[in-house]
Amino acid sequence: MSVPTKEIYGWGRVPVVRAEEREAEDLEAASADASLSRGLGRSYGDASLPARGPALCTRRADRILSFDPDTGVLRAEAGLSLRALNEIFPARGWATPVSPGTQYVTLGGMVASDVHGKNHHVAGCFGEHVRALRMRVGDGRVLEIDDATEPELFRATLGGMGLTGHLLEVEVQLERIASYWIWGRNERVSDFDELIGALRAASARSPFAAAWVDTTARGASLGRGIVTSGRYAELREAPAAPPRLRERIAVPFDLPGWFVAPWSIQLFNFLWYHAHAARTGERIVHPQAFFYPLDGVRHWNRLYGRRGMVQYQCVVPTQDGGGILRRLLEVVSRMGGASPVSVIKDCGEQGRGMISFPMPGMSLALDFPYRAGHTQAVVDALNELVLGAGGRIYLTKDALTRRDHFAAMEPRLARWNEVRRKWDPERRLSSALAERLLDPAP
Amino acid sequence: MKAVLLGATRGMGRAVARVLAARGERLFLLGRNREALARSARDLEIRGAHAPVASALCDLLEPSGFGAALDAADRALDGFNAAILSAGLFAPQDVLEVDADFRRDLLAADFAHSIEWCEAVRTRLLARGGGVLCVFSSVAGERGRSPAVLYGAAKAGLTRYLEGLDHRYHAQGLRVVTVLPGFVHTAMTEGLAPPPFAGTPEDVARRVVRALDRGRPVVYAPGVWHAVMLAVRALPRSVMRRATF
Repeated sequence: MSVPTKEIYGWGRVPVVRAEEREAEDLEAASADASLSRGLGRSYGDASLPARGPALCTRRADRILSFDPDTGVLRAEAGLSLRALNEIFPARGWATPVSPGTQYVTLGGMVASDVHGKNHHVAGCFGEHVRALRMRVGDGRVLEIDDATEPELFRATLGGMGLTGHLLEVEVQLERIASYWIWGRNERVSDFDELIGALRAASARSPFAAAWVDTTARGASLGRGIVTSGRYAELREAPAAPPRLRERIAVPFDLPGWFVAPWSIQLFNFLWYHAHAARTGERIVHPQAFFYPLDGVRHWNRLYGRRGMVQYQCVVPTQDGGGILRRLLEVVSRMGGASPVSVIKDCGEQGRGMISFPMPGMSLALDFPYRAGHTQAVVDALNELVLGAGGRIYLTKDALTRRDHFAAMEPRLARWNEVRRKWDPERRLSSALAERLLDPAP
Repeated sequence: MKAVLLGATRGMGRAVARVLAARGERLFLLGRNREALARSARDLEIRGAHAPVASALCDLLEPSGFGAALDAADRALDGFNAAILSAGLFAPQDVLEVDADFRRDLLAADFAHSIEWCEAVRTRLLARGGGVLCVFSSVAGERGRSPAVLYGAAKAGLTRYLEGLDHRYHAQGLRVVTVLPGFVHTAMTEGLAPPPFAGTPEDVARRVVRALDRGRPVVYAPGVWHAVMLAVRALPRSVMRRATF
């Protein structure tokens, strides 16, 4: 039989590669000759795209291998989705310690991206809670590792974008919760300084905090937005029944490429901003609405049409009180690169992951409809500012950053590549992202 | 429900077992690989199946072991009242045409030995007053089609057997559920180009368990395949000769 190839792309649909992708239930057998493992394909750019050789899709390798209801230690095959985890464990009093903005990710993907969430300032990245990994490293061996037995490999793998080995099993410490319901709070803020102040106050008060910012607002309104914060509800505050995970509506087909344009983004942002009351209120919120508002619409990336979209996320140190973030927003505003889903989040300490994204400071996430030359220019301009401020970008979102920009942002890269070389001397693992940004120049 | 399942470590069978597990049902797994059985049993226990979920070896290619395997299930479950067969072999037509050994195995596993397994289940269920027998056949058996001549023939025979079984023993309490999956994304179909209306094992599992609960004799999964197969059955031979699906 000839080997069929298919178009493979990330959530942003930029770029697209044609390659072989295999889906397997037995990762240990199937990973022997694969070049990259990928889960649900929710990284935005080229992080999950194979460059040389077949990709192994892990989503069907999703068995739970052990769970201790007393300690909350969970071990599962790497393809288990956070959605499946959320269906089973919160009702028993245990939740993931860190949740990214979507639940359609696998455990393997959460490790490879070392994902962070609204609680980064208190809980750190997902990798801080990973106890052990079973993986097939590039030289072909299958290893069981943790931070004590192989600290270098373990830390290079947290946030290592799947390039240190195929993740086969993940063991993670879940977090004890009284209720899965969220006691949440929305605060509408009318300009940039107010937003930064409210976000810092929310973070000091709450384990979960982040801000949505209206990137179409200019002048005095620049930086207006909604600061969202919350915590798991106490039993006495929560409704008697645990929250039911809801089915979703779907975008049934690709919308035309003009649909997400400045006028529609402006309209959306205006409505979203004014949909939130000017007065701050606290109330019980459904965890899906709180953690994963975009998951409510299946295939929401189709709103951007076949041309796709580009996500951009950076983190910058903010000793200067957030002035650099204001300059980033001004660049977006000036270049007309309006973004409907823009999130600002303060990050806590850097964690164990050797090249993980977060660092103390403020993170800004934006998305843009992809327009070939123009989006590249916006990303370049943002990267110049981030680089100058001593910040860095999130590889899981990236599609367009230039190699020289990234190298200048990441002095940690050389050390990480040394570890990679040790475990994968023939460089059998690869990805489109690695070839674009990470591999040492030939 | 006290269910014995052959083929539930993988694919659609795994998805059906998970739906039953989430309801706290009692399950017993049969399969070819001891380690795979143990991993799946643990997975189902954690997902809510009545613990412990026990298992025994059983291979569709070795019908001499069926009796012992079902006896083990009977002992563990104190008499099962449901049996679900989702195991089977598959290969595309061009592979089956050249590989005579695999062809013989496939025709045996998907037709003759599947029926042997059902017969062993039937006698046990009838002896205790009835129960449910649920078997995964395929829409491939609904029409002779050039990409699935051999596999389709085995599944056509299996489907007719199940239909007859239903007619013969329904009055005695045997409820037969024939599952006719269309194209479903599993390891079995990996590498094949999916047609429109391809389903997921989870979609199939929800429909199958609903059919088990209601005793519906035939379930197409995903449901749209019912309409698709109505149309395909109506096509004249002259069209089917030229069709590539």
